[in-house]
Amino acid sequence: MTDGERRSPLDEVHRAAGASFTDFAGWQMPVRYSSDLAEHHAVREAAGLFDLSHMAEILVLGPEAAAALDHALAGRLSAIEEGQAKYSLLLDESGGIIDDLVVYRTGPDRFLVVANAGNRRPAVDAIRERAAGFDCVVDDESDDIALVALQGPKAEEILRNVEGFDIPELDSLRYYRAIDGNFRGHEVLVGRTGYTGEDGFEFFLDPDAAPELWDALAETGAGAGLIPCGLAARDTLRLEAGMPLYGHELSLATLPQQVGLGRVPVLGKEGGFVGEAAVVAGPAADAPVLVGLAAEGRRAGRADYEVFATEDAPDAAGVVTSGALSPTLGHPIAMALIRPELREPGTTVYLDVRGTRIPATVVTLPFYSRKKS
Amino acid sequence: MSLPAELKYTSEHEWVAVDGDVARIGITDYAADKLGDVVFVDLPKVGSTVAAGRVVGEIESTKSVGELYAPLDGEVVEANDAVVDDPSLVNADPFGAGWMIVVRFTELPALLTADEYAALIAE
Repeated sequence: MTDGERRSPLDEVHRAAGASFTDFAGWQMPVRYSSDLAEHHAVREAAGLFDLSHMAEILVLGPEAAAALDHALAGRLSAIEEGQAKYSLLLDESGGIIDDLVVYRTGPDRFLVVANAGNRRPAVDAIRERAAGFDCVVDDESDDIALVALQGPKAEEILRNVEGFDIPELDSLRYYRAIDGNFRGHEVLVGRTGYTGEDGFEFFLDPDAAPELWDALAETGAGAGLIPCGLAARDTLRLEAGMPLYGHELSLATLPQQVGLGRVPVLGKEGGFVGEAAVVAGPAADAPVLVGLAAEGRRAGRADYEVFATEDAPDAAGVVTSGALSPTLGHPIAMALIRPELREPGTTVYLDVRGTRIPATVVTLPFYSRKKS
Repeated sequence: MSLPAELKYTSEHEWVAVDGDVARIGITDYAADKLGDVVFVDLPKVGSTVAAGRVVGEIESTKSVGELYAPLDGEVVEANDAVVDDPSLVNADPFGAGWMIVVRFTELPALLTADEYAALIAE
């Protein structure tokens, strides 16, 4: 194994299941097992199982762990309760996004920060550097934690039926909360979180125990319509749910306000946070903003395709950051960074789809919301 | 991965079934698998002229966009409307119902054998 080809602790399980693989941030991860569409629909209608072991897990612990994270991240992590999770941002001095991450408070002085695989190093370095003046330690636990996600409307039913999975407080586990569980002698942090727009759970556990948990979930869920799902389905699911992806919607070049995350930074925290002054100053008046676009037909605008204000405008007014033919909705959808004067829902813009300009309508995100029971 | 021995292939992942002066053309099982689920197919019109090595159609999947290259010079004499109506045929039956176009050609260029194509995709 080289640095350029890292493999999940579930690699053998995926190969046995006939997965196709793709390189993702240096990891060989399953892109699909059977069909992108079948996997996508399974998550919307029943359940899907994802291996996310490439994600980075950073443990921050100590008496001043909360204060350190308040300084390091844009959100107020000290305000979340034990057992709660919070979506947050790691910004640079100029307000650009180094990473978006989910922080779980797993104890009074203990936080688990989940960062994107491709941003593991910059996230660890930035958090460690910013926490240096606080009484806490920052441990990169990424190599010692596997992550499996069970997503879909039947996720809870399946989880309840897994033999040997003891989750005493499952009845009270609400969205964006996490509790301890025990799977056949292995400690598991169970988060009611995910990245698909559906109800679901994420399981953090010892890599050695991950294959047994994967198999147990797959076997238990098979009768309920659960299938293993790859990164291709994960991408179309999160796009329909209007969830930004680092490297597409989010980058060092975008401030939170440009990408619909203006409410994530908490201004005026004691001691402030890195990037606060730039967030307060805000983006330039003509800085591009993130919008949703919906089109007719079947030809999708894809990442990096240009967006024009009119059918014959000579200059581009923006660029698509993610786009696909929505499997659930049946028409093309995209997220795009465009000139702010075009942001109003109902505005017609034109996607340059390989030389043909296709009209698209600015719509409010998300494209898809699950019906809450 | 299926690879019928009686067909010819191109390095752009088309298969070519030659019958007299016409050639039926599609994309290989390998190409269809790499693309993922095909959701849109755009083919050249019957009667149009195609030139070897030029893009003549588009094959979009949920994840990416593939192009159909003409493997030879000639005139399109048939286009598969069924695959335009139901692009999933490309994945389900790439060498059969998922065919793309039939071209009448004047000269058959050098194409790959199944073994040569197998070696190419094994690289």
